[in-house]
Amino acid sequence: MNNIGLIIGREYLTRVKKKSFIIMTFLAPLLFVGIFGLIGWISNRSVDRKTIEVLDESGLFGETFVSDDSRTFVYTNVSLDSAKNHVGKGEINGLIYVPKLDNLDNPNGISFYAPGNPSIRLVNSIQKKIKAKIEDVKLLRSGLTQEMLDGLKSKVNVHSINLSSTGEEKDSSSDTATAVGYIAAFMIYMFIFIYGAQCMRGVIEEKTNRIIEVIIASVRPFNLMMGKVLGIAAVGLTQLAMWIVLTSVLGSVGVSILAARAESTKELKEVLNQKPEEMPIGEDPSEMIFKAVGAINIPLTLGAFIFYFIGGYLLYSALFAAVGSAVDSDADAQQFMLPITIPLIAAIASLTVVLMEPNGSFAFWMSMIPLTSPVVMMVRVPFGVPIWELLLSMALLVGGFILTIWIASRIYRIGILMHGTKVNYKVLARWFMMKN
Amino acid sequence: MSLLVAENISKAYNTHQALNNVSLSIPEKSIFGLLGPNGAGKTTLIRIITQIIEQDQGRILLNGEGMTTHLVRKIGYLPEERGLYKKMKVGEQLLYLARLKGLERSEAVKRIKSWLNKLELSDWWNKTIEDLSKGMAQKVQFIATVLHEPTLIILDEPFSGFDPVNADLIKNEILELRDNGATIIFSTHRMESVEELCDHIALINKSEKILDGKKLDVKEKFKDGTYLVEYHGALEENGHYKVLSHHVTERGLSHSVVKTSLKDPNELLRSLIEKVEIHSFVEKFPSINEIFISQVKGEVYE
Repeated sequence: MNNIGLIIGREYLTRVKKKSFIIMTFLAPLLFVGIFGLIGWISNRSVDRKTIEVLDESGLFGETFVSDDSRTFVYTNVSLDSAKNHVGKGEINGLIYVPKLDNLDNPNGISFYAPGNPSIRLVNSIQKKIKAKIEDVKLLRSGLTQEMLDGLKSKVNVHSINLSSTGEEKDSSSDTATAVGYIAAFMIYMFIFIYGAQCMRGVIEEKTNRIIEVIIASVRPFNLMMGKVLGIAAVGLTQLAMWIVLTSVLGSVGVSILAARAESTKELKEVLNQKPEEMPIGEDPSEMIFKAVGAINIPLTLGAFIFYFIGGYLLYSALFAAVGSAVDSDADAQQFMLPITIPLIAAIASLTVVLMEPNGSFAFWMSMIPLTSPVVMMVRVPFGVPIWELLLSMALLVGGFILTIWIASRIYRIGILMHGTKVNYKVLARWFMMKN
Repeated sequence: MSLLVAENISKAYNTHQALNNVSLSIPEKSIFGLLGPNGAGKTTLIRIITQIIEQDQGRILLNGEGMTTHLVRKIGYLPEERGLYKKMKVGEQLLYLARLKGLERSEAVKRIKSWLNKLELSDWWNKTIEDLSKGMAQKVQFIATVLHEPTLIILDEPFSGFDPVNADLIKNEILELRDNGATIIFSTHRMESVEELCDHIALINKSEKILDGKKLDVKEKFKDGTYLVEYHGALEENGHYKVLSHHVTERGLSHSVVKTSLKDPNELLRSLIEKVEIHSFVEKFPSINEIFISQVKGEVYE
């Protein structure tokens, strides 16, 4: 029977036509781009300028504190008390006081006065500068020249290379891999939760509306359940596709606006949080990003994402549908939701461990168990996973969702016709065992 | 000829025997009353006929063919527990339900429009079910049941929730459908509608069929020599008859229910005439309600 097509169509169209769907579809990318834009704007905006006085009685730190975008350092010679007075009156935002330092091995009495509690970042940066200067002074005193000191300073940028079994070398970037994997895994997790719950609510709706028996007289329960599961999957995929398209359109519009406003490439690079002078010679920042992304097998990652996205959803939504069929209201569903949500939350919670060692045995097993593999494997894929592991995990997931759909449909066909029965796990097991 | 035959149907849920060896034969173009108290097994039997659940034993034949999922499309089923998608529009909803039954879109649209007209709902195509009154929603459900022109229509408590005007409207539609060739199974415990509509009945109690047949035959079988007599004078009981009840009417006539063991009503009349002045003499025919109650309670009909 081609009924299932009709059911998918109804489930899809009624949801896609809903105002809430349309609003979410268009609003989420705006929010997404908006939040990122806001973060970018805030971090690039010159922070409130702070004026900090430096009272240096030791005479060692004459050039240590240099004003920059966010802070102005003013050297002063007034007495400590009157300088403190400036802080007290709120004329300045802070005062660094360095007394005469007799013993550089044990520099005591350096203080920072501020109205209220200063930020840790500010105190740390002051401390770091003083420490570095004292070390320099001590090194100079031990007989090293300034040139030697400058020569000692080195910038290190570890270039990690992914060496495949065939000996092929690829640039790799664990930061990018982590980010890509994490975002993908999180999207799958969200998708399963949001749309799995929609499946459940859809089933409960049909049950409480009492339309179920009307429908079931012309449709097999299995077809009805699968029609709902697949229809809602199509809704989710539509939303995902719209988000990707809209976000990239909005994102590129946003970037080009920023680019147009940036007067020089230098400024653009600053916008991208990359200070040109910090870059290793010969490496252009955009080239670096390009290389880092290039290190990830994009078609494989995308393919795996779509596979685990759909597979994970099918596995869980069948269980959600079974729960919906067993209960009479959303509130009753809570007790049965727990065992479904635990493996999903466990998968997300395990990600920090998995990321520490993406090819370790814990990560391996978590990415084989069908209940956790959609989330966990998605984090591993950008790091590169042996192809046999990927295929095994996928095969297990397919087996997993066939199994859960089978179990769910057996509970579903009985549950949808039961009203007002007190349901517990024993009852569910009995429904499962019942012959049709 | 029988349109639907159920042969030795049994069904158990775990320890509970829902149906025990029930056989029915439903004649073509009849309105068949499936009667029984709550929990007797009516709904289970209907669900087996509509293939929603499977029987443990026995078989269902429609027009001599074993019931299949494809044949189910020839059935229109209005369940007792019925509802609609609240957020869907009337027209879309009917279209969806009709297409699930295998109707083409254009044909379905045509039929829905004519039915909505007929039941005075033509302006409601674009309204959601939420906006409808309960009676209107019931009409929509009725339309959904009959849209695909089923040969067998099963109505489970069709009049619950209807006001008298709408109930009458639906009643007439049911009769019209029957006249157009449909067979109707009518499950209810509202006996007045059975009395009015059904020509055949079956009574199910405690998972078993107690009786079935033509409504008149059943009544004939259950008449037990009871007569209503109006008279002047005093009636004394004798070996031939007993007076079950007695009261005096406005006109000053005595009104009694008399039960006799005599086979011939003339004999009873003769013996009554000797004693009193007879004004009326009517055989009391049992109502379906009385048969139902007496059979279900296991009490003697009086």
